[in-house]
Amino acid sequence: MSMMPDKGHARLPAAASRLARTARVDLLVVANMVEPKSRVLDVGCGDGALLRLLAEERGVDARGIELSQKGVNDCVAKGLSVVQGDADTDLADYPDDAFDYVILSQTLQATRQPRQVLEHMLRIGRHAVVSFPNFGHWRIRMQLAFRGRMPITENLQYFWYETPNIHFCTIRDFVALAQMVDASIERVVALDRFGEPMLVHAPWWVWNLFGDQAVFRLTRKS
Amino acid sequence: MVYLAPEGSLDTGFAALLYNKRRVRQSERRFCVFERYGKLVTILQTVKAVSQLEADAPHSLVVRFDVDTPLKMDAGVPLSPLSIAYQTYGTLNADKSNAILLCHALTGDQHVANAHPVTGKPGWWQVMVGPGRPIDTDRYFVIASNVVGGCMGTTGPASINPANNRAYGLDLPLVTIRDMVRAQAMLIDHLGIETLFSVIGGSMGGMQVLQWAASYPERVFSAMPIATAAKHSSQNIAFHEVGRQAIMADPEWLDGRYLDFGVSPTKGLAVARMAAHITYLSDEALQRKFGRRLQDRAAPTFTFSADFQVENYLRHQGASFVDRFDANSYLYVTRACDYFDLAGDYGGTLALAFKGAKTRFCVVSFNSDWLYPTAASRGIVHALNAAGASVSFVDIDTDRGHDAFLLDVPEFIATTRGFLEAAARARGLPTA
Repeated sequence: MSMMPDKGHARLPAAASRLARTARVDLLVVANMVEPKSRVLDVGCGDGALLRLLAEERGVDARGIELSQKGVNDCVAKGLSVVQGDADTDLADYPDDAFDYVILSQTLQATRQPRQVLEHMLRIGRHAVVSFPNFGHWRIRMQLAFRGRMPITENLQYFWYETPNIHFCTIRDFVALAQMVDASIERVVALDRFGEPMLVHAPWWVWNLFGDQAVFRLTRKS
Repeated sequence: MVYLAPEGSLDTGFAALLYNKRRVRQSERRFCVFERYGKLVTILQTVKAVSQLEADAPHSLVVRFDVDTPLKMDAGVPLSPLSIAYQTYGTLNADKSNAILLCHALTGDQHVANAHPVTGKPGWWQVMVGPGRPIDTDRYFVIASNVVGGCMGTTGPASINPANNRAYGLDLPLVTIRDMVRAQAMLIDHLGIETLFSVIGGSMGGMQVLQWAASYPERVFSAMPIATAAKHSSQNIAFHEVGRQAIMADPEWLDGRYLDFGVSPTKGLAVARMAAHITYLSDEALQRKFGRRLQDRAAPTFTFSADFQVENYLRHQGASFVDRFDANSYLYVTRACDYFDLAGDYGGTLALAFKGAKTRFCVVSFNSDWLYPTAASRGIVHALNAAGASVSFVDIDTDRGHDAFLLDVPEFIATTRGFLEAAARARGLPTA
């Protein structure tokens, strides 16, 4: 895959505190891609687990956007600065370079306009960090190929008619999108279905087949 | 104890004797307020008379600023002397770091969490303020003052103008939201408080919160603008103008000099209140509460009496309002809202009003509020984000309209509690 960019290097952070030990692995990977003390916007922050991890473990000035009222209330109750809003419509209102990092954690596939969202992220932040489930994983391919049914996995437990996930992509799809929006890939980590980071030097097709989820850090080329 | 006695009862007859000594007009004898200590009746006045007395001798703490410290008003003239009537709840800590300023809405006042001295009703925010409540008076020192231009003891059009010993009426310079906030800052200075732990308010109170954050960013640790807007929209101004014209069209308004003649434009003020009250409720809430149901009758009467429950309700709202509120004061406070355009003071860019703000903001809107709709709050949030301020924003799902901020709405109460708890942690105050 010579046309594919380098993956860069990735290490899991040393899990020191209780918060870090109990956090989901993908959140730790995302957190590890963020410089300490930086300014971060988490788009689709849910109940604020990542924001809290970033604030407490990396001393980050962490802000969030979340669609659900319950999520926002949970966050505000935890003392996090979270705004009720929609990634598809509200990112346009943020000024250029307002943040060091804009994070989209497990939310890309639920946006209406993933490309626009990614472009806004790269405009608002110096770096964009995106994590998403890899729809190219072999188990998903198998379900579609042999059962002929829409895939349901541990991470993607919705039936097709009720899923909020409307824009699935594979790791290779995302790499193509990154190139399309003129972003360069700074770092990338794929996690296998046991949550272990995969070998950095494995070729892209291996990641695309065996990676359960991926975390990319992008930046604007120009 | 305070209670209302209808006209014609023995109590009102007795009261009437005393009224004459107090030069209260016969027409105001519709209701009487009694304060009883044991069986002895000590004070007898009409609600209206009590409310007029409140304007100059309120049942509140009062701080007076004389000619040495005038209020510099946006109208370009100093106001002095200036009285500010206020209530406090809880105890100021040794560091003076636990003070919360509550800013009241258009026709609210400083009686946030105690029985109202004129109406005897509970304070307007007892659902939110008190021991163990989100604005916890066991932990915070809560301050609430009547706005400049109000009629509950802070200098307003019903106050006596020392220049001629008559009520100011329209001789009081026009008041702005910024004037109200300047006066509050004078009160906070007087109390020896450098930084407020929080400034909280809904509706016109929310405008004051925004003005506080813009004018005194270093003095506001956290801020909660609720169900408000950074400027009055054309529709907002339009509704207020209807109210003002209703007052001015009342022949008893007398060009604002009605207090000199012992009368009051109650009909106009009641209509103003009725129109405004519709804007405080949502269509759904009105439908749910009244629908097309008839008032104590089986069929329409084919007259213009209050056939419908909603008519009866609005008439009641209007009638009870005029007893406690001064008509000129209503002109002043509505005008203050109309003039409010925070971005206008910063070259049209709202974000510049909050530039470099360290304040922690929590903006709250209600999705059925059509007076200050969610979009207005989003505008504030966008500006705060653009300014890089720390902001949370919750749009509460309720069908109760603008007035939801005064009601027991669990999501709203939980948000307020959570935000203040987190702010208290950040400020090093004890948490619950």
